[in-house]
Amino acid sequence: MNRTRTFGLVAALIAFAVLPNFLKSYGVYLMTLFCVYLMAIFGLNLTVGYAGQMSLGQAAFLGIGAYQAAIFLKLGWPIFIVLPVAGIVCFIVGLILGFPALRVQHHYLAFATLGFNILVYLVMRNEEKVTGGTFGIPGIPRPSLFGYSLDGALPFFYFTFLSVVVLALFLWWLLRSPWGRAFAALRDNPMRATSLGINITAYTLLAFAIGAACAGVGGVYYAALVQFIEPAPFHFSASLTMLLAVIVGGSGRFFGPVLGTIIVVLLPEWLRFMQNWYLAVFGFAVVALMIWLPGGLLSIPERLRWKGAAK
Amino acid sequence: MGDLIQLIVSGIATGAIYALAALGFTLLWQAAGVINFSQGEFVMLPAFAILLFIALGAPLWLAFLLACVAAMLVLGIGFKWVIVDPLIRHGVIPLVIATLGLSIGLKSTLKAGYSAEAHPFPSPFPGGQFSIADVNISYADIGTLVVAGFVVISLQLFLNRTVTGRAMQAVAQNTDAAKVLGIDVKRMVLYTFLINAVLAAVAALLVTPTYLAKFDMGDAIGQKAFFAAIIGGFNQTRGALLGGVLIGVLENLVGFYVSPAYKEGVALILFLVVIVFRPEGLLGRAEERKV
Repeated sequence: MNRTRTFGLVAALIAFAVLPNFLKSYGVYLMTLFCVYLMAIFGLNLTVGYAGQMSLGQAAFLGIGAYQAAIFLKLGWPIFIVLPVAGIVCFIVGLILGFPALRVQHHYLAFATLGFNILVYLVMRNEEKVTGGTFGIPGIPRPSLFGYSLDGALPFFYFTFLSVVVLALFLWWLLRSPWGRAFAALRDNPMRATSLGINITAYTLLAFAIGAACAGVGGVYYAALVQFIEPAPFHFSASLTMLLAVIVGGSGRFFGPVLGTIIVVLLPEWLRFMQNWYLAVFGFAVVALMIWLPGGLLSIPERLRWKGAAK
Repeated sequence: MGDLIQLIVSGIATGAIYALAALGFTLLWQAAGVINFSQGEFVMLPAFAILLFIALGAPLWLAFLLACVAAMLVLGIGFKWVIVDPLIRHGVIPLVIATLGLSIGLKSTLKAGYSAEAHPFPSPFPGGQFSIADVNISYADIGTLVVAGFVVISLQLFLNRTVTGRAMQAVAQNTDAAKVLGIDVKRMVLYTFLINAVLAAVAALLVTPTYLAKFDMGDAIGQKAFFAAIIGGFNQTRGALLGGVLIGVLENLVGFYVSPAYKEGVALILFLVVIVFRPEGLLGRAEERKV
């Protein structure tokens, strides 16, 4: 990464950190929500962009993290225990779900995760004793950090923001490690990667499980942010939106999820006047994007450069 | 005992509808390598087209025929020209994403532009039921079975007994060899898209009286179609039939004997069991991967 890009990144981070001070409480809420979804979508990019597998169940993992956080936070567990537990539970569920699906190719993971999401949604809606059914779980307390309360909108925003930065740094490190570079090899040429001794199934499975864990961790922040959870935000259609966020931003590009999350989380708020038409336009825009720009929006600069060079 | 037989019969009838959608899905995959995630919307749109033609004064049979023609034009030819042809060279994933986007786009357009409500839909069969011993079977279930059975058998006869049908199978099995033999591959692929559109329209006619016409009615039927296709075996048309019927029957049994709340989960569990023990599907053949 060169100097100007590093400078731009730092400037963007500072701007993002300062901005909520000038916003009303709903604005701060939205920016926090943006960070929450960004965690899940960063994780999904690992599965989709780097391991080349389709996952249609990210909202289920977000939901598992959120419900579990809701239950444990209400029991008074500290956030430092709830967070890793959510991550580990989703990691393990990811392994169990991914194993049968990834043994066979043909994008079976897409179908397995789709079905899994439907099943998780049914459990959330029907197991009233644990999940509160359609009434959900209200009154989830905000956690505190070393005795410092995160009740306020701003302190909680900074906590979430710092967490997403830490998560991004972790993923950055992961993808730069030899272990992470194997991912790219897998996606670009699975046959060749196998012949070089990379175990496709193991790597893809791990990528998927880590992506699931990211969503689980995001779910904890979701529960603590909204303080009320019900099944609706974890419906299969939310998974679909997250998958499209990865693709629209530019799958397999580190900052693709950031752009994608802006488009699916923040943009609909600005375009409130469009109401239901927003999704209609979004759906057809995805089709158009696939036809003309399959690499996603972040591939535009490359496309332009490539066209310039061709002249 | 009477309950059990009743559940199985109505399960087979529902399963036959899933099988129709799954069959089109499988045919598209075989002939063109297309995984169509908007298959459910391909059933939803003809349902609304039929309602539209009825509102314009056509009787049900005419409305259905007109909807078939419209489906062939829009969901067959239109879908192929506008979305599949430009995308197929990029590989499977961009096409899958495009059909996912298409699914959202079609659903949301209908919801925003027309209605978010469920609309009643006329049944093509008489109401009521008949009884043999203590078993009650509705005329609608029998009608569904007869129509679906007729469509499936004619399709099988077409694919196996006619020159065009056999050419289509050749294209599905080995595109290059088919080309060498002088088969017009493009035309055969186009036929597949047309057949898929008609199958979706028939599924719409049969399923909508119970599901009601709603913008998101395609979600459930689309999912059942994917799972039916995989359970039965992605590369076998008979597999889609078996998968559809299996899901339909088991859903009914689980809904009655276990819990109606978890009926929708049946397809997933069956799918996971099948890919663990027989990844190529119940009737499928294992495929070798090309380097």
